[in-house]
Amino acid sequence: MNFAEIRRALGVALWFVFLTFPLMVIRVDSIESTIEWRWMNMLWVAVGSFALSLLTSWYFRRREAAVGKVSDKPPLAVRLRTWTADPARRLPLFGALAAFAIVFPFLFSSYQTNIMTTALMYVVLGLGLNIVVGLAGLLDLGYVAFYAVGAYSYALLNTHFGLGFWTVLPIGAALAALFGILLGFPVLRLRGDYLAIVTLAFGEIIRLVLENWNDFSQGPSGISNIERPALFGIELTLNQSITYLYFLMLLMVIITIFVVNRLQDSRIGRAWLALREDDIACQAMGIDKTKTKLTAFALGATWAGMVGVIFAAKTTFINPASFTFLESAIILAIVVLGGMGSILGVIIGAFILILLPEYLRALADYRMLAFGAILVTMMIFRPQGIIANVRRTYQFTRKDA
Amino acid sequence: MQQSNTAILEVKGLSMAFGGIQALNQLDLKVHGGEIVALIGPNGAGKTTFFNCVTGIYTPTAGDVLLTPPGQKTTRLNGLKPNVIAKRGMARTFQNIRLFQNMTVLENVMIGRHCRTSSFILGAIFRPPHTRREEQEIVDHSYAILEKVGLADVVNDFSKNLSYGQQRRLEIARALATEPSLLLLDEPAAGMNPQETQELDKLIRRIRDEGHAVLLIEHDMKLVMNLSDRIYVMDYGRRIATGTPQEVSADPAVIKAYLGESDDA
Amino acid sequence: MDYFVELFFSGLTRGSIYALIALGYTMVYGIIGLINFAHGEIYMIGAFTSFVVASVLSIMGLPLLAIIVLAGLAAAIWASAYGYTIEKIAYKPLRNAPRLSPLISAIGMSIFLQNYVLLAQTSNFLPFPELIPDFEFLEPIAHIIGTTDIVILLTTAVSMIALLILIKFTRMGKAMRATAQDKTMARLVGINVDRVISNTFIVGSALAAIGGMLIASHVGQINFYIGFIAGIKAFTAAVLGGIGSIPGAVLGGFILGLTESFATGYVSSDYEDVFAFSLLVLILLFKPAGLLGKSSIEKV
Repeated sequence: MNFAEIRRALGVALWFVFLTFPLMVIRVDSIESTIEWRWMNMLWVAVGSFALSLLTSWYFRRREAAVGKVSDKPPLAVRLRTWTADPARRLPLFGALAAFAIVFPFLFSSYQTNIMTTALMYVVLGLGLNIVVGLAGLLDLGYVAFYAVGAYSYALLNTHFGLGFWTVLPIGAALAALFGILLGFPVLRLRGDYLAIVTLAFGEIIRLVLENWNDFSQGPSGISNIERPALFGIELTLNQSITYLYFLMLLMVIITIFVVNRLQDSRIGRAWLALREDDIACQAMGIDKTKTKLTAFALGATWAGMVGVIFAAKTTFINPASFTFLESAIILAIVVLGGMGSILGVIIGAFILILLPEYLRALADYRMLAFGAILVTMMIFRPQGIIANVRRTYQFTRKDA
Repeated sequence: MQQSNTAILEVKGLSMAFGGIQALNQLDLKVHGGEIVALIGPNGAGKTTFFNCVTGIYTPTAGDVLLTPPGQKTTRLNGLKPNVIAKRGMARTFQNIRLFQNMTVLENVMIGRHCRTSSFILGAIFRPPHTRREEQEIVDHSYAILEKVGLADVVNDFSKNLSYGQQRRLEIARALATEPSLLLLDEPAAGMNPQETQELDKLIRRIRDEGHAVLLIEHDMKLVMNLSDRIYVMDYGRRIATGTPQEVSADPAVIKAYLGESDDA
Repeated sequence: MDYFVELFFSGLTRGSIYALIALGYTMVYGIIGLINFAHGEIYMIGAFTSFVVASVLSIMGLPLLAIIVLAGLAAAIWASAYGYTIEKIAYKPLRNAPRLSPLISAIGMSIFLQNYVLLAQTSNFLPFPELIPDFEFLEPIAHIIGTTDIVILLTTAVSMIALLILIKFTRMGKAMRATAQDKTMARLVGINVDRVISNTFIVGSALAAIGGMLIASHVGQINFYIGFIAGIKAFTAAVLGGIGSIPGAVLGGFILGLTESFATGYVSSDYEDVFAFSLLVLILLFKPAGLLGKSSIEKV
């Protein structure tokens, strides 16, 4: 830490004190005509920005010093992969994880189980969005629309026609995929940033329609008394049903991991990667750009649709307020924080972003503030996410060798 | 060399305008089966624009592009998408190399196999026997091509780590993987040393002998004169001469175009 | 007929606000090719700052005119300061990053600022003081166009003319135009490109803040969320006119304002926001270059 850095930090602190003065310090009650001066806030801003400035200076100094020096440590993802490749470690590790996951609902209260189910839902949503953003490289800001399609499919088909959870699960998935194709077909030829904005607009249109088309969706008041899923026709008590949903989500997470893994190493997975690298060369080599992108878009939507059905069954009540742009942003933050394209990263990202605010209740108010800050910070300091995705390349070995 | 009389590629009156600039003007060109044809001309003559129009990256303003792979029907390619054209049997390389940098050499060629294979989502998820066979076919076929172009010992390297000459050969390998009846090469020798150019000469002949017609843009006159059966010369978007290497090199219009107004003959 | 005229003027008023915000989008896009997602939040912060300052001053008992001028000035200054800071923190480090990185950063910044205002002030709607009095001499036409509408239209016109002069006739404007055309070339001829980018954010933010104050006193209430919808609508206006084109942003703003006004007046007000979103989707699909923008061909 040198004098220039401290002087700079003082300047930064002073600037932020000025910047935040009208909104952080003054609060007006215009009905009572009173002004509240919150000088303590000014102190916090000054101390906070001073510290952050020093921290970033230190970080950049360290990073500059590291330039030129090639780190001999392989990336985290590779180290994890080599570490778990050994069956002597792998079996106990996965065994312990599996055992913990299975006994979880019996060890903890149904309240905890419920939270864990929510976290698992976000794991699946994150992995679904990861197909679109991480694998195919398409920034979809309206992902929540497909989640809404799934949730409303179950809510409407259940309340109007009495269709059960298991019947609607594939229907919801199919409808979401259909929506994905219908929306995706015209928009996927757009450039990256325009695509992001158009998907955002589509997401908002769907939410606004749900909010205003009262005859169809019962508007802002939403749909209540949706049935919980039944187990082979047996009615479950509330607690049993929570446990049941937990296991259902656990199964869903495992299936999703399996599928995403398989997709990555397939003919389509390669096409997604190539399209991300150079779309003109890709088309010249005979890959249908629209079809390939649409596949990713529809697959992502399918997962959102399924989780949507589960969400409606879990909460037994849905309304359009659950499907705002912020929901899309949260799922995006999970993918960005964890590491685009990395399955393990997305899982860790979902657990951090969903469980942390639940257990640190004091911080719950700052949840969205933190999500915004995470998106910015990750892009600047670690765009590859916590677990930087290192793709397994196809290793060719000659048969005769 | 055995030359069939049917033209694989027939281009008639091809024109392309960008705003007010006429990049291609009423261009005619034919490539027959078993032929190596060169397209030459000063920089900015419109050669790469011609490739882009023929392969569907640009849509030409006027004219016809007709492709007749051996034993198949003629199709008009104007307005078709690049991927459809590739599937019909015409593949290309790029002047400014466009490889998939973060994929291995083998994976690059495997992408070329995409349009000759078909497994889809369900195949990817469940990997039934025919998908596994298809994947194996993709790998084997790709490796065979890499052996042919002399890249067998770098199959697992990232394509961005290859030398310039190797990258050019990898582009050719990737294009060959699409099983083209006509291969378009955009300045394949650019940046190569004499020895590499020599090897390229052999490679292109071998590709021709294996049944792919070749149309190439090239500035290396020695290579062009040695290799080509016929040459088309372009300037200002027009065809100014055509014929055998001997005929073309004696053509006064060609000499004027190269010596009269360009410094890069 | 009166109804038509009334809708027409209310459309013009809306449109001029959209245009003021759209200018910020279009200028930033023209110079660094980024959709500044947080621009709507700058507008919201402008509205909040003017609210806080105007309330404090009116409690202190200053005359109305002084309040208007000082609140407007404060809004413009602080919004510019925010715009400047956001660029330095969230976009400048990403100048050479892949195209989607700054966009994700911008979305994060937008969410951050919304929640910052929510936490620092309130999540409730705040009643915005009526700053602009009803002039008596306008009484005869008050049923078709209110005083605030006239003030909004006039202020917008003045701001736009000022911007036009800035861009056409000053050194700074010339540097901006040069940078928009070719950053590398501009740097080579000695233009401080970072400076120009900062200036663009400052000017754009000031315009948005003025828009924020005007619309807040027109609508009569504000909350932390107003920037999101206004931002997307203004972006729609910018795209409609042709993103990167300054006259395009103004034209787009007015077209969007009028469309919305007539659509809600004659069709249905339930779907007010759906019209704008649908318009955005349609333009991007069918004419992504917009009305006055240039389409580009990718070189291969």
